[in-house]
Amino acid sequence: MLDDTLLIQNLHVSYHGNEALRNISFSTKKGQIVGIIGPNGAGKSTLLKSMLNLIPKDKGEINIEGKSIKEMREKIAYVPQRSTIDWDFPITVIDTVLIGTYPKLGLFKRPKKRERERAYECLKKVGMKEYSQRQIGELSGGQQQRVFVARALAQKPELFFLDEPFVGIDVTSEETIINILREQRDEGKTVFIVHHDLSKAGAYFDELLLLNKELVKYGSVHEVCRPEIISKAYHGQLSFLEEMGMTLS
Amino acid sequence: MSIITFYESILQYEFLQRALITSVLVGIVCGVIGCFIILRGMSLMGDAISHAVLPGVAISYMLGINIFYGAVVTGLLTAIAIGYISQNSRIKDDTSIGIMFTAAFAVGIIVITLIQSSTDLYHILFGNVLAVPTSEMWMTLIVTVIVLLSVYLFFKELLVTTFDPTMSAAYGLPNKIIHYLLMALLTMSTVASLQTVGIVLVVAMLITPAATAYLLTNNLGLMVFLAAVFGVVASIIGLYFSFTYNLASGPTIVVVASTLFAVAFFLSPKQGVLWRSIRARKKRALVVQSDS
Repeated sequence: MLDDTLLIQNLHVSYHGNEALRNISFSTKKGQIVGIIGPNGAGKSTLLKSMLNLIPKDKGEINIEGKSIKEMREKIAYVPQRSTIDWDFPITVIDTVLIGTYPKLGLFKRPKKRERERAYECLKKVGMKEYSQRQIGELSGGQQQRVFVARALAQKPELFFLDEPFVGIDVTSEETIINILREQRDEGKTVFIVHHDLSKAGAYFDELLLLNKELVKYGSVHEVCRPEIISKAYHGQLSFLEEMGMTLS
Repeated sequence: MSIITFYESILQYEFLQRALITSVLVGIVCGVIGCFIILRGMSLMGDAISHAVLPGVAISYMLGINIFYGAVVTGLLTAIAIGYISQNSRIKDDTSIGIMFTAAFAVGIIVITLIQSSTDLYHILFGNVLAVPTSEMWMTLIVTVIVLLSVYLFFKELLVTTFDPTMSAAYGLPNKIIHYLLMALLTMSTVASLQTVGIVLVVAMLITPAATAYLLTNNLGLMVFLAAVFGVVASIIGLYFSFTYNLASGPTIVVVASTLFAVAFFLSPKQGVLWRSIRARKKRALVVQSDS
């Protein structure tokens, strides 16, 4: 139990009176990349939002390293879906990464030289240093995603939450991002990724959390990626199962 | 009348000095707050709150208190009511804004025609900067100080809650409180602008200089600064024309602000329509060349 970084017990969440998540319980060890997968409407984003304490829960406990989310929230980095960001916002790449240092600064303190250096360091890690003065809308999708990963790194978090980070981005960016996340995992950080398909699940994730309103299965990729378990979550979605069969064989 | 006579008149007439100081302050305060309003997609909200202060102004007249108090109360109540309606029904934001601000505005007009002559209503609606009393000038100064200080102290928080509210909520910022703080600042700025441009045109001072600045920079701090500069420039030039040709002050200031926007819209080096079409043409020419 001591190396559990995230422990969720009997989590129930509803949206406007509609049940979104039912009785979710699982625990994650430190140093894992966990993929959150499931069909559309399975509650993947809802689970992510509950783990970030952004929406109220009806029942249940979420603990991070034995503490409540409120006590740990500065150590949780969040990479939003690209579609939720206003890319015309008057902000440069470096200032976007600098936001990652805000949680630790607290009220009234401004980022100083030390924070700037940290931001540049993180930008360098994702291979975007030469773009530091660009406006964020001038980048390609993959570059934008790398900038937000750099922002997450600047926060020096214990946990990473990424919402569909690989949607619509180029192969190089995808590789850069997954390599950085692996590096973080090897340093003992825990990474949660909401992911919409299973095609690269085996390559990217150590563990999978298969969701369809309730927890269908949580375990290693081998334990979860079995036709009888997958079909339990995706009942009826035949085309998807066929795709699965191809990738599993 | 030339600019020199305008300058001499400023030195000579105290009412003109008050007008100048007040409209410069209004230019600053509206420009600064306006940046956050347009970036949050709340231009309509700015319009709503400016109209919603009318019943507060009227009631303050009735009670014989400073219009500031009543205006802030009804402005904020309307902001809260708008949020409450769209969060608790299927009514969308723009509809709920439309319902609430016309209701407040209508009540305000009824109350004010009951208690005051129509001249006063005209001045509240359209402003009369040449008749600013000293007390109003001080009030505008206080509002300016409060707004600038708040934006300076909470710049980081305003930036992140505007740009990425999910992240700010995740690391524990009170998004809702910051929203209502901004609404309070917006209401105060509106009240401060009543004498200069009037209720109906305040929204122009809020969004036009900010939008002009938005076309010119990729840095929020610089945008806030530029918006204040454009607000001030519009106020001074507008006041000059208003005084020299005996035009209504509010509309004249707004027309100058809109002209500045038009110039930026066509000529801004990055976003300007003119340069964009020139760049597009150059590119097309290059493509044609390489084809042949």
